[in-house]
Amino acid sequence: MYVAVKGGERAIENAHLLLANARRGDPSVPEVTLDQISEQLGLAVDRVMSEGSLYDRELAALAIKQARGDLIEAIFLVRAFRATLPRFGASEPVDTGAMRVQRRVSSTFKDIPGGQILGPTFDYTHRLLDPSLAKGVVPEAPVTAEASTAPTPRVTDILGRDGLIESSPQAEDGASVGDLTREPLNFPADRDLRLQNLARGDEGFLLAMGYSTQRGYGRNHPFAGEIRFGEVDVEFFAEDVGFAVPLGSIELTECQMVNQFKGSATEAPCFTRGYGLAFGQSERKTMSMALVDRALRARELGEEVRAPAQDEEFVMSHSDNVQATGFVEHLKLPHYVDFQSELGLLRKLRQEFAEANAPDAMKEAAE
Amino acid sequence: MKLSIIIDNLESASSVDLVTQQNNQQAQRKAAMAVLAHAEAGEIAARLRALALPAHQNLREGENGLVMLRGRVGGDGAPFNLGEATVSRAAVRLASGEVGFGYTLGRDSEKARLIALCDALVQSSDFGAAVEREIIAPLREQLMTRRQQAAAKTAATKVDFYTMVRGEG
Repeated sequence: MYVAVKGGERAIENAHLLLANARRGDPSVPEVTLDQISEQLGLAVDRVMSEGSLYDRELAALAIKQARGDLIEAIFLVRAFRATLPRFGASEPVDTGAMRVQRRVSSTFKDIPGGQILGPTFDYTHRLLDPSLAKGVVPEAPVTAEASTAPTPRVTDILGRDGLIESSPQAEDGASVGDLTREPLNFPADRDLRLQNLARGDEGFLLAMGYSTQRGYGRNHPFAGEIRFGEVDVEFFAEDVGFAVPLGSIELTECQMVNQFKGSATEAPCFTRGYGLAFGQSERKTMSMALVDRALRARELGEEVRAPAQDEEFVMSHSDNVQATGFVEHLKLPHYVDFQSELGLLRKLRQEFAEANAPDAMKEAAE
Repeated sequence: MKLSIIIDNLESASSVDLVTQQNNQQAQRKAAMAVLAHAEAGEIAARLRALALPAHQNLREGENGLVMLRGRVGGDGAPFNLGEATVSRAAVRLASGEVGFGYTLGRDSEKARLIALCDALVQSSDFGAAVEREIIAPLREQLMTRRQQAAAKTAATKVDFYTMVRGEG
């Protein structure tokens, strides 16, 4: 039974005003600007864009500011904003092979064409807190070197030439691309939908799922074939213009995981693969995504589905942090009526229990 | 198409020329858009002031929306939906009839309008050369410089492997 309850409006209004003040913090401390968030907390912005599933640095920075740095709240805000805009269409698929690479490493081949390029990375730092940052510091200008014009082919493309790795599945003619923002999820889900789900999935959840495969829950022997981060151009076929118009470029991270081989009586053994792709510099996210993508291919590759990371319904139904937080956090909203009915039932059960267990003397007295 | 065939079919030859011409213009427009999409609205506006602009009107006011960005499975396989991006678009018509379109990532509808205006000018025989010279070429140069600088910083982080000599000399 639903009962409309009124009241609390003033308390809510005052609470939101208090929130606005808490967000601002000590007014003697300068207010943070969107540019500062975008430039100096860039990886938080990248995460909000990825999981908010909307590439717009300024909006993501605004969301982070409004959410007081609560990234899941920020992701929620971005998703809600997205629902207010019309969709013009879908872009041409981006070409990550033509990426203007800012970082590119392979843990499988030392001498990859184009080389190992570390770029801006936390890797090999000592993870010691730097007190100079507390005071504010102007870093030395970065060192420059002559840039090579040599192409940086994907490592998987190189392996693919010798047939050592399975090739990527190609689209069937006329096949439409699944979109879980338009149609509800159905299982089993195809790889396009799985990758879309993982791309907007919670980094922490995917990290734990990926980690679980490494610890033996659906082991698939991964190597980081390649991780690359950089800028790719985006084109959109605009009906009114009549050709694919350039929209500018976006930053992406891509991870190609190379996994244990498969083979059969008719097919020579070759490595299998898992794929990760996300907005911005999101290395942990794309590595986890690639591990989980590979694990979710268990059915297709004839592996026994035993571990949580291999169970697509489990993974895909719990990866979205906006859905998850909505359901978990709704528990704090008023459930007075629900609770009253539970309470009534509990009292009745307790009474029955008391009567059943009452000492015989009392029962007799009662009779 | 072989020359002999062209001579035998003069009519289709001229239509081939037309197609080539259209393809050239399309490639030119696309190249200009690729540069403009990477520039700031203020930079485009500042350079447009150098031209005596012909009369024009907004055919479509700037409009913000979304484009679903697609990747490919494994980087080279079937497409999948990665996530959306904000996009602004506009269309402008010159008094002489050329219609230009502006599309850009982000929500800057003024930038979309300026790109549309440039696209219309690129198609105009009176303004095409001037737009390339005054707007597109310098913005392209700026973009290339920016990219080269970024590439040079990246290049300094490339690993040079060397093998340690083991054992005694």
